[in-house]
Amino acid sequence: MMLEQDTGLSLAIAQIVQRLKGSSLHSQLERQARGSLHKPEIKLESLKEDIKEFLKTSGWEKRLQNAVYSELNVFPSPCHPAAPPEHIKEPLVYMRKAQGSWEKRILKSLNSMCTELSIPLARKRPIGEQKELLNKWNEMGTDEPDLTLFRPVYAPKDFLEVLMNLRNPNYENGDQPSFRNHLGLIQVPLKVKDIPELKDYFSELGLNTGQLGIDDSTQVPPELFENEHVRVGQTVLTEQDSAAAQQYVRQGCPTALRAELWALILNISNQPEDILYYEQLKSSVIQHDLLVDSLIYKDVKLTASNDDYYFVFEDYLYQVLLCFSRDTSVLEHFSYNSATPPKSYIRGVIPFHGFSMYVAPLCFLYHEPSKLYQIFREMYVRFFFRLHSISSHPSGIVSLCLLFETLLQTHLPQLFYHLREIGAQPLRISFKWMVRAFSGYLATDQLLLLWDRILGYNSLEILAVLAAAVFAFRAVNLMEVTSLAAAEAVLADLSTLKVMPLLQIFLFATVT
Amino acid sequence: MGTRRARWRRLWGDRSRGVLGPWRRIREPRACIRFKCALTNTILDILRRRPGWVEVKEEGEWDFYWCDVSWLRENFDHTYMDEHVRICHFRNHYELTRKNYIVKNLKRFRKQIEREAGKLEATKCDFFPKTFEMPSEYHLFVEEFRKNPGITWIMKPVARSQGRGIFLFRKLKDVIDWRKDGVRTDDQKDETQVENYVAQCYIENPYLIGGRKFDLRVYVLVMSYIPLKAWLYRDGFARFSNTRFTLSSIDDHYVHLTNVAVQKTAPDYDPEKGCKWMIQRFRQYLTAKHGAEVVETLFAEMDNIFIKSLQSVQKVIISDKHCFELYGYDILIDQDLKPWLLEVNASPSLTASSQEDYELKCHLLKDTLHIVDMEGRLTGKEKRIGGFDLMWNDGPVSRAEGNVDTPENGSFMANTHLGYNNDRKKQLKQLFKPLHTQQKV
Repeated sequence: MMLEQDTGLSLAIAQIVQRLKGSSLHSQLERQARGSLHKPEIKLESLKEDIKEFLKTSGWEKRLQNAVYSELNVFPSPCHPAAPPEHIKEPLVYMRKAQGSWEKRILKSLNSMCTELSIPLARKRPIGEQKELLNKWNEMGTDEPDLTLFRPVYAPKDFLEVLMNLRNPNYENGDQPSFRNHLGLIQVPLKVKDIPELKDYFSELGLNTGQLGIDDSTQVPPELFENEHVRVGQTVLTEQDSAAAQQYVRQGCPTALRAELWALILNISNQPEDILYYEQLKSSVIQHDLLVDSLIYKDVKLTASNDDYYFVFEDYLYQVLLCFSRDTSVLEHFSYNSATPPKSYIRGVIPFHGFSMYVAPLCFLYHEPSKLYQIFREMYVRFFFRLHSISSHPSGIVSLCLLFETLLQTHLPQLFYHLREIGAQPLRISFKWMVRAFSGYLATDQLLLLWDRILGYNSLEILAVLAAAVFAFRAVNLMEVTSLAAAEAVLADLSTLKVMPLLQIFLFATVT
Repeated sequence: MGTRRARWRRLWGDRSRGVLGPWRRIREPRACIRFKCALTNTILDILRRRPGWVEVKEEGEWDFYWCDVSWLRENFDHTYMDEHVRICHFRNHYELTRKNYIVKNLKRFRKQIEREAGKLEATKCDFFPKTFEMPSEYHLFVEEFRKNPGITWIMKPVARSQGRGIFLFRKLKDVIDWRKDGVRTDDQKDETQVENYVAQCYIENPYLIGGRKFDLRVYVLVMSYIPLKAWLYRDGFARFSNTRFTLSSIDDHYVHLTNVAVQKTAPDYDPEKGCKWMIQRFRQYLTAKHGAEVVETLFAEMDNIFIKSLQSVQKVIISDKHCFELYGYDILIDQDLKPWLLEVNASPSLTASSQEDYELKCHLLKDTLHIVDMEGRLTGKEKRIGGFDLMWNDGPVSRAEGNVDTPENGSFMANTHLGYNNDRKKQLKQLFKPLHTQQKV
């Protein structure tokens, strides 16, 4: 047993070292170490210890710690050394297959749109057009290209249909479908947490712990919680400790500190090489026009531009998404993502209807395009990608759907049964919320409080819990509806909801 | 009728003296409050829905009139109003709202402060961009213009609103041509009188969000000028220009003017698109970007604008006890986070541009009527009514209970909450509950 743990640990260390080797942090550390040789406190007899001490006091050890922590968060723990790469992407074969055929469908749809409209997938821009685009870079929103012929490649509800049809071929239930069985749309046997496990997992959201989003309301004197919490946040930022920041944000970020705290957790420091990388992406946007760009334009125009609060950030969205679609470093995350990039593109994320809403809330926090870009990219490769690919990961959309349905069926069985009877399967309504991580459905300040917890717990499970909590909150009204349309109407407007009280009540104050 | 009213007054005293026994209301309980309303938008909805309020026909007697300024101009001076009657404008509000008068009043007020409290204190009045009346101050303007070559100026008609008749210029030649030019633009054809204009320094470095210029609309309710009693509403909004800001297109009327009225005629205006942010969202955005302290300072400077502007006209406005006024302040923030006063509106638009806007205006007007208090429910000691906070009551108002703090005392916190959460329903419930239970006794 011990031996297995040891090999596991040393394997993990080896992998992390492998990934960090050759990174800019590595060269910076080397440079710092070499530079320190001139310092008087570095003695030849105790060279190794002295350099280590120097790196510690100058804050470089902390930066290395943050980088290691980041790697641990993002990459999955190594399994058996003989595991093939597909297994690391996704251990369950039937899931891999399902993702594969979904991808084929999307590509087919994209290719046929291409042929129909006789537009190439990619073309080089003539010099005149390049100059024009460069001039307009900061106000691409003023452009009104004719996008009427473009359709979004797919919408969340198309994806839901695919998930509903997922079956594990090795799993034979045998029972007749009855009230005891799972009544929801998702019919795969994945392990999801129940409320006692969630209570434990989200223990910092408990009733006895101070929260931003609850204990900072105007009626509560700030001396009770808010002031101290802000002070602790400032200390965390001074220490520049990623792990501490991640723990801290579980109780919410003060508005003034949020941007820096998220950057610390995501380990984004906007170094010159990062800015340069962004500029390179920008120039590849200028030089080449991709079909995907029109899809991005359309999505932004349809969603973010029509939003009462995000319309202001339209230009930023183009600047981020157009670059993102050309970023090959995003390909790296496909090693742990069940999805595979299509071979015919420069990179692989095909936007669906609502994709731009992942970026929009971030515009409230970051104003410098290259930093905004990096934050978004990191959020995508850590979290958002799981919301539109088929996998067995506990934060994957399939598990989230199953978690949502299970919570609802277990704790509000009467409501679940009623909605099912009137043809209003709850998941049909909540799916779009979860796929978008609630962006565009909640008020911005509430959304940011929710995303604080996504970062804090490094998990998307809270989306499923919130979705269930919303149904619980509106249960009385929902019990009275008699159609899917009426149920949709009851749940159409979430903009007045306060996220943290809902979550607390559902997890900690409901009699189970 | 007259003798009955006089008897009440003898027995129970004047409302303005604030006499209130714990078991009686000071105002004569009325079976109903008769109102007239000159507008047909949100305010009419609110008045019609108010319990106990009845709309009167053309010639009937009224207790409350939401009038327009033209009626006021023609009729105020020869209309007798009983003591309890209220009307929504001050006779000479234009001292505050007409661009040439406010300039005069502020200049005079500033000089007064400089004499009484010194140069530093007087700089607190420097929130109005340099303005010159035309044609009377033309030569002063030319002097200033020559001192600052290259800056942009804006020419605005004094009396018109909604962005009409405004243009920008950088060259004196443009002004000279315009002066000589007998032919004005199309929208002046219906004006027969000669108009006054003001030339104002144009703020070239506005704070931009998403590359767009915006201004803030804030609501201030003045119940009296002598003594000065003013309330500040927690809600408001930031109005965005639909196009990206650039100084290169001075002729683009649509870029520079952020009034919704003008935006509505811009070519790419989409009525479905809200070009407004609630001020809470704006405050949060700024806090995330600059930190809480910086934002506190900005909002404190805005409070200063409201108070100083009202103080500057305090002595000239006829403070009739029948009058109250709901002002719409337009504030522009520059890149250094300094707020500037663009304009004060005595008739801020009450037409709603969206559902959210409609709700804001409903709540604003309901709370205004609560403060006017035709129903006689208030004690006069309240510091908050619904979404309104008492900002000035013949002196600064502190957040603390019992008014123990003064501005000289280091821990003074002003009783203003612009951009804060507006939990007005809850507050109103608490406010009116004890009075209801008193009634029953």
